[in-house]
Amino acid sequence: MRAMILKEFRELRRDHRTMGMLIGMPVLLLVVFGYAANFTVDNVPLAAVGPKAQQVAQQVEVIAQAPFDVVEVDPGGNAATAEDLLQRDSVDVAIDTGQQPPVAYIDGSSLFTAQTSIAAFNRLGDQVTVEILFNPELKTSWVMVPAIIGLILTFIGTIITSIGMVKEKQTGTIEQLAVMPIKPSTVILGKILPYFLLATLDMVMVTLLGMVLFDVPFNGSVGVFAIGAGLFLFVVLGLGVFVSTISQNVGQAIQTAFFFLLPQILLSGFIFPLEAIPWGVRWISYFLPLTYFTMVSQGVMLRGAPLDALWFPLIMLAIMAVVIFTGAVLRFRRNLAPGDGRRSKPKVSA
Amino acid sequence: MSAYELTVRFGHVLALDDVSLQTPTGQITAVVGGDGAGKTTLLEALVDLVPIEAGSVDSPARSTIGFMPAGAGSWSELSVDENVAFVGGSYGLATDVLTTRADDLLTRAGLSDVRDRLAGQLSGGMRKKLGFCLAMLHEPQLLILDEPSTGLDPVSRVELWRLISEAAARGTAVVLTTTYLDEAERAGTVLVLERGKALLSGSPQDVVSSYPGVIVQTDSPTRPQFAWRHGTGYREWWPDDPPKGSTTTALTLEDVSIVASLRQEVGS
Repeated sequence: MRAMILKEFRELRRDHRTMGMLIGMPVLLLVVFGYAANFTVDNVPLAAVGPKAQQVAQQVEVIAQAPFDVVEVDPGGNAATAEDLLQRDSVDVAIDTGQQPPVAYIDGSSLFTAQTSIAAFNRLGDQVTVEILFNPELKTSWVMVPAIIGLILTFIGTIITSIGMVKEKQTGTIEQLAVMPIKPSTVILGKILPYFLLATLDMVMVTLLGMVLFDVPFNGSVGVFAIGAGLFLFVVLGLGVFVSTISQNVGQAIQTAFFFLLPQILLSGFIFPLEAIPWGVRWISYFLPLTYFTMVSQGVMLRGAPLDALWFPLIMLAIMAVVIFTGAVLRFRRNLAPGDGRRSKPKVSA
Repeated sequence: MSAYELTVRFGHVLALDDVSLQTPTGQITAVVGGDGAGKTTLLEALVDLVPIEAGSVDSPARSTIGFMPAGAGSWSELSVDENVAFVGGSYGLATDVLTTRADDLLTRAGLSDVRDRLAGQLSGGMRKKLGFCLAMLHEPQLLILDEPSTGLDPVSRVELWRLISEAAARGTAVVLTTTYLDEAERAGTVLVLERGKALLSGSPQDVVSSYPGVIVQTDSPTRPQFAWRHGTGYREWWPDDPPKGSTTTALTLEDVSIVASLRQEVGS
């Protein structure tokens, strides 16, 4: 028994990934749940439009226990302006002061923000009329499904791709591929394309299923959604390829992929609203591709946001796609052609 | 193909130290050595799978090299036919050419009845033979086989060697690694490696005949640093005349390889 326990500890000590899961994971979970796990939003960006915008903006800021942060005042605006601001995700609440009583338009696609805002306006009684846009019944499924599409793509892209790639290494066939007269780029494309197509198929299936089962609307452009999803796929496939390059077998690949998945599940904003996560932890969210895909998918599906309203998450996804995918492919290429191609080197005398 | 004075280093470990190798057309060249001798590294250096620190490799185009790694050499979740189709397609073989060659190779390898079976479900011997067929599919000028017979039962080893010999007889230059000295004796040229250094090279006959000394069979060795257990007794190497009355036998390739290794160890 003693020998067995000793052997197990010795093996564990040398298995850095498992040690990472044993030590790193509890620390991560503690930090995330301790600081980030917060459904209470205390900073809601608000816009006031219409003739009394200035006056209302001042009043809103002094409402007791109000979480509002007035970021835009547009006396020339109207109801359409307010809706546009919400659609572009410039603010989460827009008050049109041109109506009597003023109408507070609330973005229903930001679930917890909307609930916080409604509670604040309810305290004002009939001084303000509340109208929820994009998710009038504040259905959780409407907000979750667009994000879950991204989560599923992350699973497929990262875990399945890394397994497929690392299998070649584990069975030694990667050397065979390296010796065959096939260009490394052809091998890499040939390995990645099937996963890209399968992930695309999954994405279409899950999106349609979400729409049918949960009545989730698709208010925006399919093209914009496709651009976001395509870029996101490159990022997660790149992560899968990267994981395969730092793993020697399938077990290691799954373990490593898990390290990339967990932060995305917890910090990308679809479980805990980004606005509720303190900056000490929130900065991590902005390095996670799922954060940006969720912005795009919720924006397109629920708010019908146009391309120019989603430029920031799309640009971020594009940058990540270029950096991660290129880096991962170059690393994988090194596995395929570890020799430097120089078949003659002079001997250097000592 | 020729490799001259190859040196390969992995970090601080000198995996190959000034090793040269020639692979004549129509001949089998066997690279022999124990575990960690540098056999696989040498083959990998020949096909640019590891970076060389010094030396040069003069090898034919990749399209004319057949390579079978130390692993299975085939894709376990593809059937025999699917493996053939993938490799044939990768080498750009026309369908009719591929069909003819696959029929011929798989028949000679005794795999024609298992063409629909997944490679992962083949026995060890069958899987190695499939790996060999895949490496030979495009009729390479140079066939590189990394420990093709390791782990095989004696019958499978004989069958695989028949295929290898046939390939050499058809004009292919074959270079293979092995830990079995009886296999090395069948090769045209042998290179004995030990800890990355070439100890001996040449035809098995030349290597044995040019090696100095004799072997004494004894029950109580007097030079323990140059003696090793053989059956119930010992074989002991003497560089010149052994003690009078000793029972001497001729050197074999196995003796020469062991003695060369022991001499390197003791630095004599």
